[in-house]
Amino acid sequence: MSDRRLVLEIRGLTRRFGGLTAVDRFDVDVREGEIVSLVGPNGAGKTTVFNLISGVLKPTSGSVRMLRTELVGQPAHRITRLGVARTFQNIRVFAQLTVRENILLGTHHWTHSGMLGSATFWPATVRAERAAQAEVDTAIELFRERLKPRLDDPAFALSYANRRRTEIARALAARPKLLLLDEPAAGMNPYERIEIAGLIRAMRDRGLTIFLIEHHMPLVMEISDRVVVMDHGVKIAEGLPKEVHSNPRVVEAYLGRRAASA
Amino acid sequence: MGYFLQQLVNGLELGSLYALVALGYTLIYGILELLNFAHGDVFMVGAFLAAGAAAALVHNEVAAIPGGFVVVLMLLVAMGGAGVLGVAIERVAYRPLRNANRLAPLITAIGVSLLLENAVFVWVSPAPVLVPTNALVSQGIIQAGSVATPLTGLVLFAGSLALMIALDLFVFRTRFGSAMRATAQDREAATFMGIDVDRVIMVTFFLASALAGLGGVLFGLRYASVDFFMGYGLGIKAFTAAVIGGIGNIRGAMVGGLLLGVLESLSGGFISTQFQDTFVFLALIAVLLLRPQGLLGQPVTDRA
Repeated sequence: MSDRRLVLEIRGLTRRFGGLTAVDRFDVDVREGEIVSLVGPNGAGKTTVFNLISGVLKPTSGSVRMLRTELVGQPAHRITRLGVARTFQNIRVFAQLTVRENILLGTHHWTHSGMLGSATFWPATVRAERAAQAEVDTAIELFRERLKPRLDDPAFALSYANRRRTEIARALAARPKLLLLDEPAAGMNPYERIEIAGLIRAMRDRGLTIFLIEHHMPLVMEISDRVVVMDHGVKIAEGLPKEVHSNPRVVEAYLGRRAASA
Repeated sequence: MGYFLQQLVNGLELGSLYALVALGYTLIYGILELLNFAHGDVFMVGAFLAAGAAAALVHNEVAAIPGGFVVVLMLLVAMGGAGVLGVAIERVAYRPLRNANRLAPLITAIGVSLLLENAVFVWVSPAPVLVPTNALVSQGIIQAGSVATPLTGLVLFAGSLALMIALDLFVFRTRFGSAMRATAQDREAATFMGIDVDRVIMVTFFLASALAGLGGVLFGLRYASVDFFMGYGLGIKAFTAAVIGGIGNIRGAMVGGLLLGVLESLSGGFISTQFQDTFVFLALIAVLLLRPQGLLGQPVTDRA
């Protein structure tokens, strides 16, 4: 593992909200082709870490580097252009746009077609827009027949699971170097969860590097190469899924002290 | 019947002007949920820029410049100038308040509106300024049966219709258009698509304001006179048109504008010119009561 290229390198990441330290000197490395899970009780600061990486929030201190480029201080749209794509815990597809338009927006940052080209239907622009259309087809392949018949439906008409799939497809269409998934299996039924596990592995096999937040432990154990555990903003454990699972500090964070000693 | 058709034609002319200005309200509201009350005054400034350019070029002592050429320059000056003015207003007055309470930018918009009106009143002209239309465009009249309309009226209608269609294509068929629609729905999620939201907002203000500038040129050519207060009444009518069509909805603004112009013209022609505004605002109240999201608007629950 360690001979692989470092994709994400977080050092001393700290974010305070008034008196509360939501993330406290957090370190993590994610290497190319890895699936790393970030777990922890509610309020541990997991989503805050994602928000700090993707530029929604500015850290109080610390550094986030992707392929040696510092992300801290860059606006969110530039971080996307540098190759970070993400999904949200509370799905954020564009409800009024169709599935196709949503996924096309994922391609927005790498289809270089200027506004003038757009307005005049310039040939190079038309080609770029065709390439983007092809990317939509590639992105939805992973979902087999789930999204294909829905491509021209507005996103608000989709089932919950299909909205989540659309959001993931949109992130894929961005051709990211690092994919951040915030609770991809939340609200899914057991069948859909198995599907999501297969999907995450398939994305990795396509060469993606994946950093995800997930609550459903069996899923985390099954798909992760490494697991990072947070509690109260601090990293309390890191390692192979098995190691973390039996770590007493982790059990304590999840179940409380008495249960841990019992 | 002839009288009715005549009123209808007059109404469509007026309505296309409302629609042009209504598009600006709706574009900006769609993206920022901001009622840009200064928009009518951007239209007024555009009209003054056009009138100024026309006066300077027509009455110059150097050379006689062909009217068509002057009109092209008027369009460039008014649309460019109004566009830049709109972008400047956003940058100075609205952007610092983007995350403020919704009332703050609204009050600021009213302030900008008063500022523009009074600036023109004090520094340009408190009295109406005439546009030398007979030196610019044909004063011909088009006659079809019993219906007659000046050529400029037809230009007004056709010109604004063409621009509205172009705008519609731009917003619904192009990559930048989809960035605009994404920004309108979820500004933060849009940034994760790599969309530079500040730039999208800037371009939106430029487009909206340039359309108002175009409205100003067409108004000057058709009605031959512009004054510092013209943006107020027309702005309110255009805003009403945008609400009737469904604010935030581009096609709604076009439909609302045309409908309002026709309604105003017909009620003026058949009932009373003194009461024509009453009917306009009665229509607004009726739409708000029966279909509060506007004729083509999406019900608010779908936006979430």
